[in-house]
Amino acid sequence: MHVPDGFINAPISAATGVVAAGAVAVSLRGARRELDERTAPLAGLVAAFIFAVQMLNFPVAAGTSGHLLGGALAAILVGPFTGVLCVSVVLLMQGILFADGGLTALGVNITDMAIVTTVVGYAVFRGLVKVLPRSRRSITVASFAAALLSVPAAAVAFTLIYAIGGTTDIAIGKVATAMIGVHVLIGIGEAVITALTVGAVVAVRPDLVYGARGLQQRLKLRVNGELVDAPDATPVPAAARTSRRKLWITGLVTSLVLAGFVSFYASANPDGLEKVAHDKGIDKKEEKHASSDSPLADYGVKDIANARLSGGLAGVIGVGVTVVAGSGVFWAVRRRRSTDTSPTAVENV
Amino acid sequence: MGAGHAHRLYRHGHSPVHALPPHTKLAAAFAFVVVVVSTPREAIWAFGLYAVLLGVVAHLARVPAAFLLKRLLIEVPFVAFAVLMPFVAEGEQVDVLGLSLSVNGLWGAWNVLAKGTLGVAASVLLASTTELRELLLGLQRLKLPPLLVQIASFMIRYGDVITDEMRRMRIARESRGFEARGVRHWGVLAKSAGALFIRSYERGERVHLAMVSRGYAGSMPVIDEVTASRAQWSYALALPVAALVVCLLGWTL
Repeated sequence: MHVPDGFINAPISAATGVVAAGAVAVSLRGARRELDERTAPLAGLVAAFIFAVQMLNFPVAAGTSGHLLGGALAAILVGPFTGVLCVSVVLLMQGILFADGGLTALGVNITDMAIVTTVVGYAVFRGLVKVLPRSRRSITVASFAAALLSVPAAAVAFTLIYAIGGTTDIAIGKVATAMIGVHVLIGIGEAVITALTVGAVVAVRPDLVYGARGLQQRLKLRVNGELVDAPDATPVPAAARTSRRKLWITGLVTSLVLAGFVSFYASANPDGLEKVAHDKGIDKKEEKHASSDSPLADYGVKDIANARLSGGLAGVIGVGVTVVAGSGVFWAVRRRRSTDTSPTAVENV
Repeated sequence: MGAGHAHRLYRHGHSPVHALPPHTKLAAAFAFVVVVVSTPREAIWAFGLYAVLLGVVAHLARVPAAFLLKRLLIEVPFVAFAVLMPFVAEGEQVDVLGLSLSVNGLWGAWNVLAKGTLGVAASVLLASTTELRELLLGLQRLKLPPLLVQIASFMIRYGDVITDEMRRMRIARESRGFEARGVRHWGVLAKSAGALFIRSYERGERVHLAMVSRGYAGSMPVIDEVTASRAQWSYALALPVAALVVCLLGWTL
């Protein structure tokens, strides 16, 4: 998915370059918070790991094989800021050394593959870890979902960039169909590999997984032959936590059910106007309304033949994107409010 | 680490291009690609002139044509994509050899092919005439954040080590009769990836401790400051300036 030179026009390349530079600057500050002065060696080694693991081929069937993109994996293993940095550095080096991805398209590539995958992946991951019970299995499940959504999200981002600054006027619907269709498939592979890899690390060194920091076993004391919880150093207000978790679960499940299942049935019967248009054949003409340019045009992932399935899938992707955007805003607001009150847990990494 | 400190893409030499300070070369390559990208695609002759300019640089750098062409193969996936363009693009159609192709799509394919190839060729020339460490120094000189340069240098320095570790794990798997054939074997491969992450992370911690014990306090000492004289700058920037002239001609003609 490395974009070459000349694919996106100059103004949009420059604009994405500015976005990428800003995001990298923010991540540099954030990574220093995540890793303090160990940032350079650790992020460098993790970048080398991402670089190496992209070369690890996973055979699919009959001679074809795929490899990991690694955005979601990096975010879950080392945290979102360091993740963005690592993937960006990998892309920068691939552009300069291996001529993989154009120099002027560096902004597009970083925005698309480093920022969108990592941020979407990590947001989905945090959201799911919040609502799921605290266990190793839910870390694996959450990383599966995070990687699954992160790849199509990058495809959507690419389609948007292409819609604004593409140099060829291929109908955006076609680009979206091809990109999202292919990347949903890639996303499934990415999700399985990421979940298995995170599961393997969590099984051996759960303390190294940034996303699983809340998972540490409570210290137990043996008092008169019975196991007793050691007193907590910082008592957590449990009541507020569960109620919020319940709210999260209800909201997420409801919207997923609505988007996935309801549109599964609804979209099988096109609404009146669309049906008429279809019968009369006028929808073949150029007179399409504005929203048909959108990536999820007509609320269907068109590559998938089954209309119901495709509508449901588009719904689920839509909810994923919305949840990500919403929780991003929610977080930003909440973090600002509680920067100095929250107990900063210093983990023994 | 024992296998020399030059990367595989570097081609050792003593040409005038090799001798230029790295940041001038980086700036020149980047400016050249920017100029190429902003050239109108209808000016076909302009891209020919760009190719000639790059050919002159390759000749000065004594990079053989075969080496350059072999490196260009990395572009093949985009060529496949560009070939598809005339078939899917909209707009007026034209018949070529009995196939109905879109005029716009043909222009688009030409655009991506020409600009992409020139961009790749410029990066290949840059990488084959500049040593890795110089490249990183050049990036630092061009005011890339020092922390980012440090991360990049650690990635480059340990990239081969980590890749070798992965290769050793593969050999260990294969010598125990494992052969990855399909989706069912992903679990094993993913466990290897997990182990590789743990090894990389722990190596990072060890490297950090080693650095701290040698007095590291957040920034690397700069031993050799690279500087460029005005003559070197003008020599390096001759390429993008010549390209700019071509580009302006392309817009006016």
